Amino acid sequence: MAIGVKVLKRPETQVSYVRAMLKGMSLTFKHLFHPKVTMQYPEQKSTSEWTISQRWRGTHRMLTDEQGRAKCVACGLCPQICPANCIKLVPGEDEEGNRYPLIYEIDEFRCVFCGYCQEVCPEEAIHVGVHYENSEYSRSRFVYDLERLCAQTHPVSTLWDPADPKGE
Amino acid sequence: MTPELKGFLLISVAKLLLVFSVVMVGVAYETLLERWVCAWMQDRLGPNRAGPRGILQPIADGIKNIVKEEHIPATDTRTLYLLAPALALIPATMLAAVIPWGAPLQLHFDFTLGPLGRFTYDGLTSTAVADLPIGFLYVLAFSSVGVYGIALAGWASNNKYSLLGGLRATAQMISYEVAMGLSLVPVLLLTGNVSFSQIIGAQQQGLWFALPLLLSAFFFLTAGFAETNRVPFDLPESESELVAGYHTEYSAMKFSAFFIAEYSNMTTVSMMFTSLFLGGWDIPFTHWDETPGVAQTVATGLVFGLKVAALIFLFIWVRWTLPRFRYDQLMALGWKVLTPLALGYVMVIATGLWAIEQGLGITSPLLRDAALFALNVPAAFLLFRVLDRGTIIVGASRRPTSARPLGRAA
Repeated sequence: MAIGVKVLKRPETQVSYVRAMLKGMSLTFKHLFHPKVTMQYPEQKSTSEWTISQRWRGTHRMLTDEQGRAKCVACGLCPQICPANCIKLVPGEDEEGNRYPLIYEIDEFRCVFCGYCQEVCPEEAIHVGVHYENSEYSRSRFVYDLERLCAQTHPVSTLWDPADPKGE
Repeated sequence: MTPELKGFLLISVAKLLLVFSVVMVGVAYETLLERWVCAWMQDRLGPNRAGPRGILQPIADGIKNIVKEEHIPATDTRTLYLLAPALALIPATMLAAVIPWGAPLQLHFDFTLGPLGRFTYDGLTSTAVADLPIGFLYVLAFSSVGVYGIALAGWASNNKYSLLGGLRATAQMISYEVAMGLSLVPVLLLTGNVSFSQIIGAQQQGLWFALPLLLSAFFFLTAGFAETNRVPFDLPESESELVAGYHTEYSAMKFSAFFIAEYSNMTTVSMMFTSLFLGGWDIPFTHWDETPGVAQTVATGLVFGLKVAALIFLFIWVRWTLPRFRYDQLMALGWKVLTPLALGYVMVIATGLWAIEQGLGITSPLLRDAALFALNVPAAFLLFRVLDRGTIIVGASRRPTSARPLGRAA
């Protein structure tokens, strides 16, 4: 054969189909009494064996300063690096020359949750969050504006550190 | 109408309602049991949301299927498409009517019911809705009508997967019907009767036929798995190959009708196996259940239910353990293995019976059955010795290959 498939000879004398069948049946029967591994999701969100990872990248959160304003300085790095092109940023400037976002919107449907926006942000303003319950009744509700991004309270994701690749 | 006829009709309708509702509720809870057992075997919890521990799940499923939107594909055979679920469901629900589920009941009543007049009944009534003298022949005949529903569903759906499923179902059910019929001939040899009550009576006198007709029971069970299209014989619907086979194009309650038909066929096969090989409603090691009475009827009914439940558990257990046959293996097993073996077994039992009754002069049914069991042990050993070791289901490396790779001399 052209691609050199190795055909294994099946054992012919010691094969027992009835025994194999009974073995399978006894195995499944034993599993009837094994402890169950299902986590009862809406009531139970983590167990001693499983919690959500600190590096989980979920929907975004914008951090705010002491006055409750977004930390964002509208530098434009996050829309630049975003591979899904889901961040819409229109920068503005106040009388003192401080830049701030006039419009900052993230389309969470378009987002691929790569976390580059958090990595690239010089002010540590935009973050991906450790959060996964995002259901809404309409598609338009998935475009998060600045106000909504600032109002999120869930913990933010910890970025992968090349010096400590396993997070120890 | 005479009062006696009216009394008979009243009892028949009462039994009909009882059997039908018990079987339908049973079917509903079999689906729940199936999901539970499947989950437990995979270390999951299974349905546990509707009601305490998920006990109301079948009701939720039923309501869902009734209110669900229905989709009818563009097909030229719309009448057949609409008829097929009924053709599958009706025979399936008719089968349980002839099987006695408990000891016969002594009934006596005589009352007048307004304008309907007088109702009287006096005598022993069988617990089967109709204790037909043709017994299991009726079940065999009606269960084969069920294949029309499946074949027509496959044809009328206007879908290649459905058509393949329907074709497979037709071929499979016709093939295994032969083996199933032949596997029941030894029962006939032993009892000389096809009526369920007579067969159960014969088992009360002797042993349960699962012992003296060990291999027959095995053949019947195998053919029964194939007849009900259960794993490992679920080729008509085989999800991984044919989407859902013959019911791919059915939704809502029409799909549910096929589902109910499948489960109710499974119940019927279990009931039939119980009646023919596990002594029916007989409670072992006691003769208390043979005198009619209300307590006896209830107790034997419960025992019958227990036996049927155990068999249904076996069906489910096998489904979540064994993989599906390949189609040629299925046909080979039906025609080349089960049919000749069942035929040969008829000869073995006939010869054995002749030798035991004529040669050794044993007439007591208990001794006769025990002697037949002794005959069965070496036969079973020989059979499984031959069945095993890859003589039937040949591995891929040992099949004669007709198709050779191109450009290579044979």
